[in-house]
Amino acid sequence: MRLPKPTRLRLWSQIFFFVLFLFLLLRTEFRGSFSSSQAEIHLPYPVAIFFQIDPLIGVSNALASHALYRGLLWSLIILIPTLFLGRFFCGWICPLGSIHHFFSSWKSERKRGKQLLESNRYKRWQTTKYYLLVVILIAAVFGSGIVGWLDPFSFLVRSVGLSALPSTNYALQASLGWLEHSRFVVIQNLGGVLHFILGAVLLNFKQPYFRQGVWIGLAFIFVILLNFRITRFWCRALCPLGALLGIVSRWSVLGLVKNPEHCNDCNRCLLRCQGGDDPIGGVLWHRPECHLCMNCVDECPENGLRFQLFPVQKVAEANLQRRKVLTGLAAGAALLPVMRSTPGFAAERYERLLRPPGSVDEEFFLSRCVRCGECMKVCPNNALQPALTEAGLEGLWTPVLVPRLGYCETSCVLCSQVCPTGAIWEITPKEKGWAVENSAAVKPLRLGTAFYDRGRCLPWAMATDCIVCEEWCPTSPKAVYLRPAEVIDAAGNVKQVKQPYLDPSRCVGCGACEHACPVQDRPAVYVTSVGESRSRSNQILLNRRKG
Amino acid sequence: MTVSAMDSGKTLNRREALIRLLGVAGVGAGTAGLGIWLNARSERPETALAISAKRGHTVAANPSLPDIAIVQGEDPTLLARHAMDEMGGIRRFIGRGDIVLVKPNIGWDRTPEQAANTNPEVVAEIVRQSLDAGAKKVIVTDVSCNEPRRCFQRSGIAEAAQRAGAEVILPDPSKFKEVDLGGEVLRVWPVFEPFLNVDKVVNVPIAKHHALTGCTLGMKNWYGMLGGQRNQLHQKIHESLVDLADFVRPTLTVTDCYRILLRNGPTGGNLEDVLLKKTLVASTDPVAIDTYVAKSIWNLEVDELPYLKLAAKRGLGTFEFEKLRTQVKQLS
Repeated sequence: MRLPKPTRLRLWSQIFFFVLFLFLLLRTEFRGSFSSSQAEIHLPYPVAIFFQIDPLIGVSNALASHALYRGLLWSLIILIPTLFLGRFFCGWICPLGSIHHFFSSWKSERKRGKQLLESNRYKRWQTTKYYLLVVILIAAVFGSGIVGWLDPFSFLVRSVGLSALPSTNYALQASLGWLEHSRFVVIQNLGGVLHFILGAVLLNFKQPYFRQGVWIGLAFIFVILLNFRITRFWCRALCPLGALLGIVSRWSVLGLVKNPEHCNDCNRCLLRCQGGDDPIGGVLWHRPECHLCMNCVDECPENGLRFQLFPVQKVAEANLQRRKVLTGLAAGAALLPVMRSTPGFAAERYERLLRPPGSVDEEFFLSRCVRCGECMKVCPNNALQPALTEAGLEGLWTPVLVPRLGYCETSCVLCSQVCPTGAIWEITPKEKGWAVENSAAVKPLRLGTAFYDRGRCLPWAMATDCIVCEEWCPTSPKAVYLRPAEVIDAAGNVKQVKQPYLDPSRCVGCGACEHACPVQDRPAVYVTSVGESRSRSNQILLNRRKG
Repeated sequence: MTVSAMDSGKTLNRREALIRLLGVAGVGAGTAGLGIWLNARSERPETALAISAKRGHTVAANPSLPDIAIVQGEDPTLLARHAMDEMGGIRRFIGRGDIVLVKPNIGWDRTPEQAANTNPEVVAEIVRQSLDAGAKKVIVTDVSCNEPRRCFQRSGIAEAAQRAGAEVILPDPSKFKEVDLGGEVLRVWPVFEPFLNVDKVVNVPIAKHHALTGCTLGMKNWYGMLGGQRNQLHQKIHESLVDLADFVRPTLTVTDCYRILLRNGPTGGNLEDVLLKKTLVASTDPVAIDTYVAKSIWNLEVDELPYLKLAAKRGLGTFEFEKLRTQVKQLS
């Protein structure tokens, strides 16, 4: 039996991992079951597994926390083979790399004939990614998880999960609605069948909305469009994971061997080169740039190229300039102090910075969170949203609970189960402690504290019955309590209403009251972060202090 | 005009010119026609018109059979079975080929022990009996307050009802219709589609504490067919309760008093708030059953729940439950 061609194997590997990635991302959602009454809810699949095999996330987490969070040890299964083989991950596994590979193979005006060959030669600007890596890792040392802005999995999960999939859902729902409301029964039925099928695999139960979805989506589209100018520009010039694996591949024992006697300078090896690593004759092969895609071996008409263990040919390593590395170090070191010299972080915290349940204190949170959006994707109430400046500039795209869009569901801990880095530490519903089966000695996690705006509250300001906030309050005893009051309405009539008050010692800051308040635009009850149990300093009451 | 024709300095002949003129005239006339037609269609955009729906699902009164049945015992399934029997059997209410909607309370992300949702075994037994009576289809649904998928799963109702043979339907946000409820305070509201155009409706609420009215019983359960901004309904809670009950007029109400949430309702959560009453009450009269349960469990008088008198005035039933034929059964 003949083995299939290596390029063919590579293609199947890419398809497999891409489909697996998409499947897990689509299943980063609690879908409910009619055949089980299981009270404790877990996702059936390890949806964050791609983060756990990502050595960049692992290294950043280790530098920032001096430890490795649950599961990140798995990144060794990529890191160690890379030591021996080089950047096989980029060419064979990385789903973002596969997307770039796919779009790079499209014909484009800028990449044909000589221009294409020229663009696939090694370029000095490909070292940019190493300097970016330096900045990111130094920032991690000083305690910032900004690695996630450029880490390929964070980038992909965020882009697809918070922008591409919600847009797809909108488009499909709109089209299905169109079919289902057609005046022809046949088309209605077709719509119904399609709805059933798509509902099982793709559609969301409720249309998800994400703040900044447009910008996150446009950044994704922009990075994809770059492929029409330069093949896999992201992988060659920007990807910090590629840079890390490139550096690790220095010790690799697998190498490309060029046979100069066979080379007739046809340049075909450059045609489909993914990494821009100069497989052609006459120059050195750039090992840290090569994705091991095997296209050059496949293309060479003279069989002049092959990959070999323990090659003796000289290769080019990442050609870093000391001055630029030092600049990267300095930039990374300066980044955090500059970003934290604004009052937002320590002195004047943004009052609406509500973090997901289980989140560690802000300092640790910012160092661990990789801005991937897994928690936002999984939140059943669409309550978690990517931050813009709520957590300072470095907190861009970290998760914030926005009660008006969705409150924190009482017994739900899914965000803490999917978080790959322990920014949201894994908790059980019992540890969350919001609907416990007996009240004795349970200390609930708190996200903040609710406050009333009596000028907008119906029983306080408009002599009208309401108390929906009290109805929704999930704690027992309820944090919202009522007092009967006599009020006088506009016509001068005396009325009896119940006015809501808040007991801050019971409030967990879930935001259900704010979410349910009928004052639709700016609710009469709202949650701010003060009293959040993760913080020692952000408290009001003496008897609610932590530890 | 092609460039080559210009370059060569030739002119079109008469025939070509005429054809071209006719073509241009045709496009012009078409554009004008389309414009005039669109212009005539212009109307101020309004959201979709409200549809009128079937109101009322009651069956004819039967003076020889009881109006209220009260059953006490250990097993919720048996309670439901005997409650039906005491009322004269399920066939009194459900006919062959009926499409039946069973409406439990699946409002909250709570387990059965926390007593914020209807007992799943009671729901399942009513589903089974309806199917035995020859119902074509039994639908079990609710428009939950908390996240519906969690409520349906964790309440145990989805599983129990589906096993019993019901079609369980999650409140899909795209499946609401604007309906004219024709009430005094409630006019056009989005109603979840499965509630429209069914033959029989069985209301299966759970009796719970509620801070606004003291307790929440059968009529309050109809909030669960509405979408939209139903958090406004508390502002005129008694009037809206009556409007909803008047719109639905259920075939039967079965109030779950097996576990009673005595405090911190309607969400509860704490098992210390739950009292085991092990009782099921069934009635054809939605006013009488609410009056009876309020009195027997919370000792609330008719005057403390103004909606009861409003409902009686609307002709939905009587609050003088003592005057009705009542059947009490104690299962050993």
